[in-house]
Amino acid sequence: MFETLSLLSLQQYWWIIISLLGSLLVFLFFVQGGQTLIFRLGKTDMERKMIVNSLGRKWEFTFTTLVTFGGAFFASFPLFYSTSFGGAYWVWMIILFAFIVQAIAYEYRTKPNNFLGQKTYEVFLFINGAVGTILIGVAVSTFFTGSEFSVDKLNLTNIFGTGSTTISAWQGPAHGLEAALNIQNLSLGLAVFFLARVLGILYLDNDIDEKAINDRVRRQLIINGIPFVVFFLLFTGLLLTSDGFAVVPQTGVDPLFWTVKMEPYKYLHNFLAMPVVLTLFLVGVLAVLWGLFGTIFGKCSKGIWMAGGGTVLTVFALFLIAGFNHTAFYPSTYDLNSSLTIMNSSSSHFTLTAMSYVSLMVPFVLVYIVIAWRAINNKKITAQEFDGESHAY
Amino acid sequence: MENFDLTLIDWSRGQFALTAMFHWIFVPLTLGLAFIIAIMETIYVRTGNEKWKTITKFWAKLFGINFAIGIATGIILEFQFGTNWSNYSWFVGDIFGAPLAIEGIMAFFLESTFIAVMFFGWNKVSKGFHLLSTWLVAIGANLSALWILVANAWMQNPVGMAFNPDTARNEMVDFWAILFSPTAVNKFLHTIASGYVLAAIFVVGISAWFLLKKRNTVFAKQSIVVATVFGIVSSVFLIFTGDESAREIARVQPMKFAAMEALTEGRTNVPLIAIGFLEQPPTSTEEGELLHGDFAFKIEIPNMLSYMTFLDPNAYIPGIKNLVNGYHNPRTGEDVLSYREKIQRGKEAITTLKMYKEALRAGDTEKKEEYGARFDDPEWVESTFRYFGYGYYNDDNLAGLVPSVPLSFYSFHLMVILSGHFLALFIVMLIFVLRNQLEKMRWLLYVAIWTIPLVYIASQAGWVLAELGRQPWVIQDLMPTLAAVSQLDSSTVQVTFWLFAVTFTTLFIAEIKIMITQIKKGMTGGH
Repeated sequence: MFETLSLLSLQQYWWIIISLLGSLLVFLFFVQGGQTLIFRLGKTDMERKMIVNSLGRKWEFTFTTLVTFGGAFFASFPLFYSTSFGGAYWVWMIILFAFIVQAIAYEYRTKPNNFLGQKTYEVFLFINGAVGTILIGVAVSTFFTGSEFSVDKLNLTNIFGTGSTTISAWQGPAHGLEAALNIQNLSLGLAVFFLARVLGILYLDNDIDEKAINDRVRRQLIINGIPFVVFFLLFTGLLLTSDGFAVVPQTGVDPLFWTVKMEPYKYLHNFLAMPVVLTLFLVGVLAVLWGLFGTIFGKCSKGIWMAGGGTVLTVFALFLIAGFNHTAFYPSTYDLNSSLTIMNSSSSHFTLTAMSYVSLMVPFVLVYIVIAWRAINNKKITAQEFDGESHAY
Repeated sequence: MENFDLTLIDWSRGQFALTAMFHWIFVPLTLGLAFIIAIMETIYVRTGNEKWKTITKFWAKLFGINFAIGIATGIILEFQFGTNWSNYSWFVGDIFGAPLAIEGIMAFFLESTFIAVMFFGWNKVSKGFHLLSTWLVAIGANLSALWILVANAWMQNPVGMAFNPDTARNEMVDFWAILFSPTAVNKFLHTIASGYVLAAIFVVGISAWFLLKKRNTVFAKQSIVVATVFGIVSSVFLIFTGDESAREIARVQPMKFAAMEALTEGRTNVPLIAIGFLEQPPTSTEEGELLHGDFAFKIEIPNMLSYMTFLDPNAYIPGIKNLVNGYHNPRTGEDVLSYREKIQRGKEAITTLKMYKEALRAGDTEKKEEYGARFDDPEWVESTFRYFGYGYYNDDNLAGLVPSVPLSFYSFHLMVILSGHFLALFIVMLIFVLRNQLEKMRWLLYVAIWTIPLVYIASQAGWVLAELGRQPWVIQDLMPTLAAVSQLDSSTVQVTFWLFAVTFTTLFIAEIKIMITQIKKGMTGGH
């Protein structure tokens, strides 16, 4: 089935899967957003316990999606894995650190004799929620703004000279942290952070049946929704008016070696060239706003599904304009021709084919996730739930 | 060698070793305890006896504490291939990335989805659905082990790939060859068996503590019955797969095999050293001359190593010296190249790639085709390209091509000796618990408790052998560790090394304190 597809089709298929995983990850950041609001939405120990337990039943989905996102990127576009992780070292290391401390925080927070104290584990949850989302937003924004690196596979053969044998080199000592100084990157980072908080509030409103918490939702949605809209509009405005990194197709030349040039309004052009993607983006943005403002002005507690669905569509569309329509998805501002495209950074036809068969498992995974999710979420969390001996964080 | 930053390489290796060893403290318990819990819950569901539910929940609580820190220490390992080993990630990413992605899609979601049901679903889902969830967590954990071990096995014995000079990397050509390579099959089976044995010792040791304290004695004895039976089956399987693994190492990684047996000089009728202490380990001088190692003390079984390796007591096994200097194998009639010759051929392979890439860049079609044709020629690939990795070394650095003999020898022997002890312990414990005499055997209960640290040592020793024994290779014969590293300042890696060392140590202390507190609360204690 997949064997007959061209290499380009497989590369596009895998870019779609990466985009889908990335967009699901941002939706699942409701866990991270919720973690930064434990003390805003919960004022008593019991309220905070309900919030932590609500998020604690879902945190592993976010974590696993992040890990799978990384694994899928490695398998399908290994040059990205090699160049970005090895180059933007500090950004990724800090992100990973933020997830390491999350993984134990839920389980250890209220256990007796937990060495660091409950407060420390709550700080860990906050660090994960804030640092993780902002830096992932910043890192993804570099897909549009570029980074300073070079790639030269000839370095592998550098055994007689004194030069490095490493094929990719990052320019500058900050190893990725410099990206946070760019206003466009920072605006996406903050937009993701406030979006995660909005989603977190909407999820908790949906999952917890406790009047005191539900009553605080509206005010917190306004506090976090406004900065989200501001930073998102700032990012989108800068994106649509900025120059982009266009791949120049060359007849008779292997796409591995196609060059890259700057093109004014490249990402605006990408939207216009792919009306379906533009539609997904607009529908997504409207759905997020509907979920947000519908909950602020209405009484519905199902805003998470509208805003969550909208998040998936919006982020999915953003990934697609980063990689499709002859665009370098991981551009280098230091050396344009070192930029990574879905054509020059992908795995081989064979590997992409094999992995495409594996991807057929994804619908089954989604089905059992839905079944288990419904089984756990069929009753809203209440204070009475913690009366018995059942497992709780 | 002047183009390699050896300090950076050492710190990068140190960081990988640190994070991998920490991760491996928690993973084997997850692998085995998940099945032990699933068995206990099955007994509960089948008998309807509430005490089995209590036992299941007690061990599940300890499982959860261990599982969380296993995840915390695991995420860094996946991403570290990119952050610290970027050349490696490109050179073999086409093959290595696939198992990691499959691990995520196939195994991690299974684990993370159903672990929520396992912990929070007792009052929310039916007994049957809960039991199914517990089994799926166990299967998911072991499936994740499958894929990461397939990836690791491929590094030890690269198969099913071809080198593409255009992309300058190895590319997958046979998925099934990678999945079902004998190295992968053995590694998977041996590693999960070690996890099962570790978990069984964990359950037996903690239950022994309850018996010594005369608390929850019925629960403790029932736990011991399940764990010792599980442990005996697993131990037999562990020893069997270990034997197969050693034979596989002798075939595909003869230097690792010679190092773990401390065999300097090859010979026929090689004895098996059951116990030995190295007086002076065999070492290599800068010039590549090997100094003989010797044992201060050893107990050996004549001809046994030859027999175990090739099922022939007279079989020839090459030693470290032969592998470095080249030798004639009387068993196969094959002339094996010296390392000096392999280095020359490796340099030729690398230079051919360089010429090819330069011709490509210059648009010189004639030269491009001339050099490119070599990569399509199976004979050249077999005679020259297969030594690609040796080309990063020079003649004056042969010492760098020999792994640490003491580390390999001691880690291997420690692992083997201890695995015998575990099997014996399981059998003795089972006999006495079935005779209802276990509580009187206080010395045996103490032995069971003190075997817990021993099983962790044995488990770590296995990975020390697997990973240090294959040095200097990150991919056997194709890429040395020193050519795999990312271009970073060594100070950068030092900072992250200490960051992880402090963080993981802190979390480990927290885990131990929480675990001990929960154990002390007893099997019938509240949450």
